[in-house]
Amino acid sequence: MTTYLIKGVRPLGGDAADILVEDGRIAAIGESLSPAGADVVEAGGLVALPGLVDLHTHLREPGREDAETVETGSRAAALGGFTAVHAMANTDPVADTAGVVEQVWRLGQEAGLVDVVPVGAVTVGLKGERLAELGAMADSAARVRVFSDDGHCVADPALMRRALEYVKAFDGVVAQHAEEPRLTTGAQMHEGDRSARLGLTGWPAAAEEAIIARDVLLAEHVGARLHVCHVSTAGSVDILRWAKSRGVQVTAEVTPHHLLLTDACAESYDPVFKVNPPLRTDADVEALRAGLADGTIDAVGTDHAPHAVEDKESEWAQARPGMLGLEQALSVVIETMVEPGRLDWAGVADRMSVRPAAIGRLESHGRPIAVGEPANLLLVDPGHRAVVDPAALASRSRNSPYAGRELPGRVVATFLRGTPTVLDGKAVR
Amino acid sequence: MKRHLLEAADLDRDDATLVLDTAAQIDQALAGREVKKLPTLRGRTVVNLFYEDSTRTRISFELAAKRLSADVINFSAKGSSVSKGESLKDTALTLEAMGSDAVVVRHHMSGAPHRLAHWVRGSVVNAGDGTHEHPTQALLDAYTIRQRLGRLDGVRVTIVGDVLHSRVARSNVGLLHTLGAEVTLVAPPTLLPVGVGSWPAEVGYDLDAVLPKSDVVMMLRVQAERMNASFFPSAREYSRRYGLDAHRMGALPDDAIVMHPGPMNRGMEIAADVADSVRSTIVEQVANGVSVRMAVLYLLLGGSPQ
Amino acid sequence: MARSSEPARSTTPGSTPGTLLSSADVARVVDRMAHQLIERAASGRPEGGGSADGGLSDLVLVGIPTRGAPLARRLAARIEAFTGTTVDVGTADITLYRDDLRLRGVRALEPTVLPDAGIDDRLVVLVDDVLFSGRSVRAALDALRDLGRPRSVQLAVLVDRGHRELPIKADFVGKNVPTSRSQQVKVHLAETDGSDEVVVLDGEL
Repeated sequence: MTTYLIKGVRPLGGDAADILVEDGRIAAIGESLSPAGADVVEAGGLVALPGLVDLHTHLREPGREDAETVETGSRAAALGGFTAVHAMANTDPVADTAGVVEQVWRLGQEAGLVDVVPVGAVTVGLKGERLAELGAMADSAARVRVFSDDGHCVADPALMRRALEYVKAFDGVVAQHAEEPRLTTGAQMHEGDRSARLGLTGWPAAAEEAIIARDVLLAEHVGARLHVCHVSTAGSVDILRWAKSRGVQVTAEVTPHHLLLTDACAESYDPVFKVNPPLRTDADVEALRAGLADGTIDAVGTDHAPHAVEDKESEWAQARPGMLGLEQALSVVIETMVEPGRLDWAGVADRMSVRPAAIGRLESHGRPIAVGEPANLLLVDPGHRAVVDPAALASRSRNSPYAGRELPGRVVATFLRGTPTVLDGKAVR
Repeated sequence: MKRHLLEAADLDRDDATLVLDTAAQIDQALAGREVKKLPTLRGRTVVNLFYEDSTRTRISFELAAKRLSADVINFSAKGSSVSKGESLKDTALTLEAMGSDAVVVRHHMSGAPHRLAHWVRGSVVNAGDGTHEHPTQALLDAYTIRQRLGRLDGVRVTIVGDVLHSRVARSNVGLLHTLGAEVTLVAPPTLLPVGVGSWPAEVGYDLDAVLPKSDVVMMLRVQAERMNASFFPSAREYSRRYGLDAHRMGALPDDAIVMHPGPMNRGMEIAADVADSVRSTIVEQVANGVSVRMAVLYLLLGGSPQ
Repeated sequence: MARSSEPARSTTPGSTPGTLLSSADVARVVDRMAHQLIERAASGRPEGGGSADGGLSDLVLVGIPTRGAPLARRLAARIEAFTGTTVDVGTADITLYRDDLRLRGVRALEPTVLPDAGIDDRLVVLVDDVLFSGRSVRAALDALRDLGRPRSVQLAVLVDRGHRELPIKADFVGKNVPTSRSQQVKVHLAETDGSDEVVVLDGEL
């Protein structure tokens, strides 16, 4: 196994140091290290972070390999600085059995670019009717700890209560897609001034907030862990802050796009901006940034949702919701949180690696940059700015909402257990 | 004028006035003539692309284009490649390859004409998209008001009914505001969109309070099915609170007019004797639709000054 | 068919350079054209033209907007001043009949108004300010065809500047002006421009 000497890098943005990576671990950190036979990675000016962990990735395999595969999605993740991604369960077939989650897990192992951690469906077929075999998925080779019907809300309160309770047996967590379906029938975008004018059916903030409020009360009542996917409204942040102040075991994620974009994007009727939950208002974006800064929101989850061209080049209402996120997530966080001074690099490591790894119970990710730790690392050039070109993305799909937008931050290298998956900004394979 | 007419906001006050003036000149030029045809758009091709059935709008556009001597192709979704799953984009590229100069599109999804405008070189005219806009309807309504009342500036227009689902209401609020009219929306709160407060219009729930201060009352079609989704309890209650009957019409100022974009639900939002009264402009609206659409086609297709 | 002679060879002293016709010249030319129209109406009547008003009730002056319209009204006013007989006047906007819309772009339409008696079986004289390529006149003839069936159509123009692109010629000409293609001839009338004057400008605008 090759030994790497990362020279002159700034761990978590601190003082420059050399990091020696050997046998999959960090072997030494110091000034002017000069071990024999190491490949040198010149990293002057770059920041080192623990490899990012995504709680929310759609890899589309099995079922929609034309949009993404475990391999292409893994490559996109590595290029974004990720060393672990949670693969959502809404595949075809749905990841609601040990067999499917093990299949996804093995495909991830074979690709070998990131740790692909399958998410198990909460209910059979995501139908919200009866629990899937959660224990079997937990006990499988994939060791599933996060369960989610993402794309659908576990709307039945009794079923949600049982799911929260049941996964306690194996320290699991239910990741809720908070959307009261009776309030979002036919919904196309955030309900407000713009939806009124554009004639697109509104998705009210209350449809998200009502479910979060219900679920934090249920989690408190049964003493279970709850994770809230893609929080998108100011009201949701308030409810989470309240719940945490009461000691509820709730965690939450925000997507990069909800940190940057608003419902103004819908005015083009370009479905690349159609996503669920929808892009919200400036006030919501501000509340989400504040929530991520003060820790009310624990993590950034990409909700990377690749879609084939024909599912996006259409009428707005016809198009499928979702947008790419893995390759620009860190850039968006730098733009919205680091450059305005709302989060330092340690904060970025916390929200994009440490906490999501803890929520997903991943032991070898989200670790400190310290001697003896697994060498899951990324090196980022924070000053580098570039215009996003969807054609240049590693994802098999092109539905990036950032196309044509200039963003800061370039991931120069990513190491997964000491092996580079990205070098010089390019995927190693 | 912009190249496309997708929504009322595409027209500033000068453009909108130009359309109305042009329609008036066309009306006058064709009045009393046996040959109601002009050679203006000879050799141009106008495609009527209708994803949603609307015989009256399609015929109005077809007549407008034919009176300007354009070649007209009617392309309806039923029984065509569209019903076989062809995407809007592929259809657009097909029309493009056939050399269409303008596409008049009616679609059940809001924003479809905007998408189409990305994919074709010619002009796109929105003939109604989902619950978004129907700008030529607003133009013909403005034309009818001006014809009847002699002006638009300061005219008090009350739009009554299912504003939430109405593309006619959205286009009229925008265009009439542009032209200086004062618009009031009256509906049960369930049929007003969240966010309506940002529109350039007053909003009220009480029709009887507004009628004496209305120069124009525009009744919107209300689909009885809406009561199944609890927008209102029953057709009878809706009609009682928001329908225009002869008694209510009596509260209007003497020269006020009653409009309806059609098709009407007689007995629901409008009583039969109101629809057939001398105040009603419903038949004129239909006739004016052709003139206004001729004006739009002429102004969009005539070419831009060098 | 007699074309007009060239009475206004020298322009009035004191007019600006490039001026073809001064205000006084315009008035004189209009008067002369009015006399010619009276003559034509009288002689042009079939079977010797025995009507009491010298055939003027048969005459309709149809102006081509913009400046042909006030010109037609002026001619009618002068005819009435000379004969005491009112002559029917109309306007025919030709914009929707032009074949160069794509090149020149759209413009606001002007009114098309015909006298109550219509134009069927009458002597229609189209009136325009400048005769150049002949395309406006061709468009006007197309418009007339849709408006009725005159017995005869003739053409009166204030200025004929040459460079015809179609086999069209004027029956009444105020002034023939040899020009080059790149020059512009501008007719100003009090009704539309504040004062009467005809100027020639060099080069493209």
